[in-house]
Amino acid sequence: MRIVVLVKPVPDTASGGERLRPDDWRLDRAAVPAVVNANDEYALEAALKLTEAHGGEVHLVSMAGPAAPETMRKALAMGAASGTLVTDDALAGSDVVSTTRVLAAAVRDLEYDLLLAGADTSDGGAGVVPAGVAALLGLPYLSYAAKIEPNPDAGTVRVNRITPTGYEVLEGPMPALIVATQALGEPRYPSLKGIMAARSKSLETKALADVAAGDAPVGGAAATTTVLDATAPPPRAATRVIREPADEAARQVVAFLAERRII
Amino acid sequence: MATPTYRLTDEQAALRDAVRVLADDLIAPRAAEIDRTGEFPWDVKEVLAGHDILGLPFPEQYGGLGGELLTVCLAVEQISRVCATSGLILAVQELGALPLILAGSDEQKERWFPDLAAGRTLIAFALTEAEAGSDVAAARTRARRDGDAEDGDWIIDGSKRFISQGSVADLLVVFAATADSGATPGAPDAPETPRHQRLTAFVVEKDMPGFSVERVEHKMGIRGSPTAELGFRGVRVPDRNRIGGVGEGFSIAMRTLDRSRPGIAAQAVGIAQGALEVAAAYATERNQFGKPIAEFQMIAAMLADMDAQTESARQLLYKAATEIDAGAPDAGRWSAMCKLVAGDTAMRVTTDAVQVLGGYGYIDEFPVERMMRDAKITQLYEGTQQIQRLVIARALTSRR
Repeated sequence: MRIVVLVKPVPDTASGGERLRPDDWRLDRAAVPAVVNANDEYALEAALKLTEAHGGEVHLVSMAGPAAPETMRKALAMGAASGTLVTDDALAGSDVVSTTRVLAAAVRDLEYDLLLAGADTSDGGAGVVPAGVAALLGLPYLSYAAKIEPNPDAGTVRVNRITPTGYEVLEGPMPALIVATQALGEPRYPSLKGIMAARSKSLETKALADVAAGDAPVGGAAATTTVLDATAPPPRAATRVIREPADEAARQVVAFLAERRII
Repeated sequence: MATPTYRLTDEQAALRDAVRVLADDLIAPRAAEIDRTGEFPWDVKEVLAGHDILGLPFPEQYGGLGGELLTVCLAVEQISRVCATSGLILAVQELGALPLILAGSDEQKERWFPDLAAGRTLIAFALTEAEAGSDVAAARTRARRDGDAEDGDWIIDGSKRFISQGSVADLLVVFAATADSGATPGAPDAPETPRHQRLTAFVVEKDMPGFSVERVEHKMGIRGSPTAELGFRGVRVPDRNRIGGVGEGFSIAMRTLDRSRPGIAAQAVGIAQGALEVAAAYATERNQFGKPIAEFQMIAAMLADMDAQTESARQLLYKAATEIDAGAPDAGRWSAMCKLVAGDTAMRVTTDAVQVLGGYGYIDEFPVERMMRDAKITQLYEGTQQIQRLVIARALTSRR
């Protein structure tokens, strides 16, 4: 079974240093270290488990800046076999429409049984790219998967789709696009052997001209939306830290909230 | 690739970062309990084994990662940053394996390295005795041939003391006298063999009859790492468990320590870094006289000194590891210097961290008192700081 996973390098939210560039309100990607988008790690983990159970391998596809290979190596270290990175100066500032077109074009050239994606990214956060890619590629779209059960013999895949009231069981023919959720299981830590092996894995870099993105214009110049202004959230007010054993800490937090009639 | 650049390679940085994440997520939450119970953390050993960390010092052909000394040190540092006991698991696995890496036969490597690299077995280094600490060559543990055959078994009698992980190891590299001393002052017998050719190294397996763990010490720090007194009563060891030639033990031990001391320096740098991070975070949070104490210059200066000292020790360690990996002829000097500087730095920085935290630093609600107790051992083992100075001074004066 061959699985393609869409991954995106995003600024490490744990660094606390994310910021927008003041001139164009784009994310300053040079300001903080990049990590694999957390939701994409869940998708990758699900893909790795599927290939462990059914054989085959995982291929990564990403559209990102020129520094992305370092981040993609981290995903390769988890166990993906190879990757494709589409990177081009013209793609900086792409909106979701451009991103969707470019990713679909990069995936179209590949052979795969399943295409997995995370629910959304921690930087853009639109959450519509997977659906757009499925639409452009004409794939069944199985979203919010809490469980993935492929049946390679029948050429179908079954997914438990999380709903507000429980879950639905969906089935579709493969290849299909599946949006992963955290319910699929915690991403693994890369092993040191995985990290060392990742150095020699194939990571193909493509320019925009190398993928058949179609006639529609893509990239920053073709963005359909423009950020006019951005305002940072107000600074955090004075913080009280309670350092007590859990029971006592909980009691004090409840008392604090009750005092202010919050609960 | 071990290109000598003045930065870590991408691969070394990636390995370091991966170990740091594992240490933060899986080992740090256990550190206080390991210290409190004083029990060897088998679960942490499994974490280190499961993520190939224990395979770092071993050649790739035996299932290891073939990591350079610097890479091993990076891992020891990151683990020790959150738990010195846990960092020592890797450092001791390397220490115990070094005599075999340096002087073992292919057959011995084939026999033991795959399990050691996978972390299925542990190995300890048994050199020190009650009366032979800094004076290694004074070892009284004896090994004698059973019979006259060239490849006959050896019978080992004696005891070893202060053996890190001696009670949990599956294999023990034991240094025993195979000849009488010719130069021990006041010795009644005065045969020919020079002191430095008396010792021979053997691998004792824990199930061999006559081997026993006499007791485990109660210690000030690294409390989860069992430090054992070991007894050998007529332990029969096959000749194929002998490492190197008869009489080469002292040389093997010294060459081992030249390569292993950076591991202790790495532990010390990690402890210092861990204490620095706790102190800096605390000073930013703790308010007195209406502002964070980090804004008071006396505290800020302490933090700045702690950072600068820790970084200095780290850079000397990385340089030493790189020089030793490159086969520098003065490896002993580099390893002694980095252990000396890092051990003293760890002691100073952890003591200052307790000072920054004030009363909170002295109680076990915060980890810095543990780190201060753990730091002390880095000034003592694998050669006291005094022995390190002796090694450095000898290298300095013998060149003139």
